[in-house]
Amino acid sequence: MSVTTDNNDLSLRMAGHFRDIEPGLAKGSPEILNTHRKKAFRDFVAQGIPTRKSENYKYTNLQPAFSREYQFLHEKTEKEFHLEEVFKCDVPQLDTHLVTILNGWFYQEADIKGILPENVILESLEKVAVMKPELLKVHYGQLADTEADPMVALNTAFARDGYFLRVPKNTKVESPIQIISLLQSDCDTYVTQRNLIVVEPGAEVTLILCDHTLNLHNYLSNSVTEIFVGENAVVNYYTVQNQHNNATAVNSVYVHQEQNSQANTNTITLHGGLVRNNLKVILAGENGEANVYGMAFLDRKQHVDNFTQLVHAMPHCQSNQLYKHILDDESTGAFSGRINVKRDAQKTNAFQRNNNLLLTDKAQMQTKPQLIIEADDVKCSHGATIGQIDEDALFYLRSRGIEEKQARLMMMNAFSYEVVQNIKVEPLRDRIDELIEKRLRGDVARCHECAYQCDC
Amino acid sequence: MLSIKNLCVSIEGKEILNGINLEINPGEVHAIMGPNGSGKSTLANVLAGKEDYEITAGEITYMGEDLFEMAPEDRARKGIFLSFQYPVEIPGVPMVNFLKTALNEHRKFRGEKPLTAGEFLKVMREKKALVEMDTELTNRSVNEGFSGGEKKKNEIFQMALLEPKLSILDETDSGLDIDALKTVAHGVNALRSAENATIVVTHYQRLLDYIVPDHVHVLYKGRIVKSAGKELAFELEEKGYEWIKKENGD
Ligand SMILES: Nc1ncnc2c1ncn2[C@@H]1O[C@H](COP(=O)(O)OP(=O)(O)OP(=O)(O)O)[C@@H](O)[C@H]1O
Ligand SMILES: [Mg+2]
Repeated sequence: MSVTTDNNDLSLRMAGHFRDIEPGLAKGSPEILNTHRKKAFRDFVAQGIPTRKSENYKYTNLQPAFSREYQFLHEKTEKEFHLEEVFKCDVPQLDTHLVTILNGWFYQEADIKGILPENVILESLEKVAVMKPELLKVHYGQLADTEADPMVALNTAFARDGYFLRVPKNTKVESPIQIISLLQSDCDTYVTQRNLIVVEPGAEVTLILCDHTLNLHNYLSNSVTEIFVGENAVVNYYTVQNQHNNATAVNSVYVHQEQNSQANTNTITLHGGLVRNNLKVILAGENGEANVYGMAFLDRKQHVDNFTQLVHAMPHCQSNQLYKHILDDESTGAFSGRINVKRDAQKTNAFQRNNNLLLTDKAQMQTKPQLIIEADDVKCSHGATIGQIDEDALFYLRSRGIEEKQARLMMMNAFSYEVVQNIKVEPLRDRIDELIEKRLRGDVARCHECAYQCDC
Repeated sequence: MLSIKNLCVSIEGKEILNGINLEINPGEVHAIMGPNGSGKSTLANVLAGKEDYEITAGEITYMGEDLFEMAPEDRARKGIFLSFQYPVEIPGVPMVNFLKTALNEHRKFRGEKPLTAGEFLKVMREKKALVEMDTELTNRSVNEGFSGGEKKKNEIFQMALLEPKLSILDETDSGLDIDALKTVAHGVNALRSAENATIVVTHYQRLLDYIVPDHVHVLYKGRIVKSAGKELAFELEEKGYEWIKKENGD
């Protein structure tokens, strides 16, 4: 029982923090954010911090993270340095790092003019909400349901800034857009980031999202991204998570797809203390295609939980889910994948696979596929494996003179290859290969010249 | 070169090899024949260093060193090569990566500089030609989707690349078509020298027409029950194993 009480206390404390900073949050914040803020807060109070009793958070315990004291930021501070000088996460050959998000606040790094096609908007969410609220109005808060997830409710209650991206009709953005989210503060900090992406009919865009921590404080970051993919539009959304062991990150991504659209997501979790990735894709038009992939590397006491929901609402859509985890030491992982085929969604093809590699006896993986199928003419499949490195393959490599350690590395690379090969931006894929190689070797897989040099 | 004395091996408590004695000198070719399940692959795997087996007695010295002290990768670098009866598929490990790493590990061991990508490709082309291996195969993952025969060719191709001192060919002939058998045998012969030795495990005399053995051994129930010259292979081809079984009291 004490758990519930603790959790109540934590929820109350969180609510208290919100009330403390609400005046500051609301002041100068655009109306549209404030409108959602109030309801979201009520929804949070009704639900409280997620506990493991809640079906959706069964495998991830957020209480330790919420038990810490954090600083709450409700104002943007002037950047004290040019981030590019201390931090380079650039993918070689891609000159598209335009935006940095520091502790949830948007900072433009380069003029998008001349780099992005005309009429593409890549701006601070807050700024757009103030200057052109009509751009947000129809979309903001439409996917991220504050009643269904208390973390989303919290995000919406605290939301101030993040990025807004709009790609106008039939516009193809040729070079990928890289957005680096950094956590850097002088004390333990709670961070909220809220993003909105609108890809209009026939448009195409590729995003590379890199999440990093720059110093060793405890961080609890809670971000929400809503993505609208119009008819015939294509979105590639690649996330590389590389945070330290004192960071807890909850990322919720919602994708809404119209007819003939395609969304490809790939979430590579290289490092992180506790990571929870929520991904919900709604195929809301016929002939939509969603390919969602994820690869997580865990060691020590790290925890990564990938939670996906694929909703087939209309006929003739296709979805592929492939998630893999490699778990070392005492790390723990979870994958919950839901496929929900609605009654009208005939001729659905929905596939899901989750493969996991345990490198020690102490590492643990929970995997839970869930199929809810209301239509009758559908093709669905799911499969999950939890295993060790194939000893026969390992022996084969060693019998050709390859050192055991190297052979293991090759096997692990091979394991992740199936996921990583789906990244269509070649320089990014090469960069990720390089980072994975370093990660698996036990070298810190951080971008070069990164300022944080902890070894926790 | 290789000296096996009273080798006894069991797996999960079941004795599979019980008292193998075998001496192999540089330049020699030894054929090992014997009915299914007699322990031929077990012997081959133990020589290569597979760890699933329990060595209950005996010793093996290879070039004057205790073989059991060496990890599989060290054995490989010191010249032991096993052509597997059932080569495994390793999806996700590209052939080229695998071959280059393996070859460079061998070179490092010999104190030679690693090959550059260009140099490696040149060597690879030469060796592929030797076994007439389809060029496209090296663009795939290790053995992935290879036909039975292609897998066997790939083994000999690797052998050609790594230039071992002691090659153990475990039923390399099975699965090969008639032309491929000749090509592979030709490849093996091209690699033979006065310093190298070969152990050929086979069920069929035909291979021995091409790779002519100095000695033929029959392995039965975990023991070498007969050793003779190449004429023994013809006798087995003609008469089967019944008489061997009878001679051994079955
Ligand atoms: N991992 C294992 N577990 C249990 N028994 C095994 C294992 N590996 C081999 N054996 C047994 O050991 C015996 C010898 O097997 P081995 O593969 O060495 O035979 P072989 O002479 O190569 O046969 P073949 O001609 O069919 O290739 C067989 O009875 C086999 O079933
Ligand atoms: Mg065999």
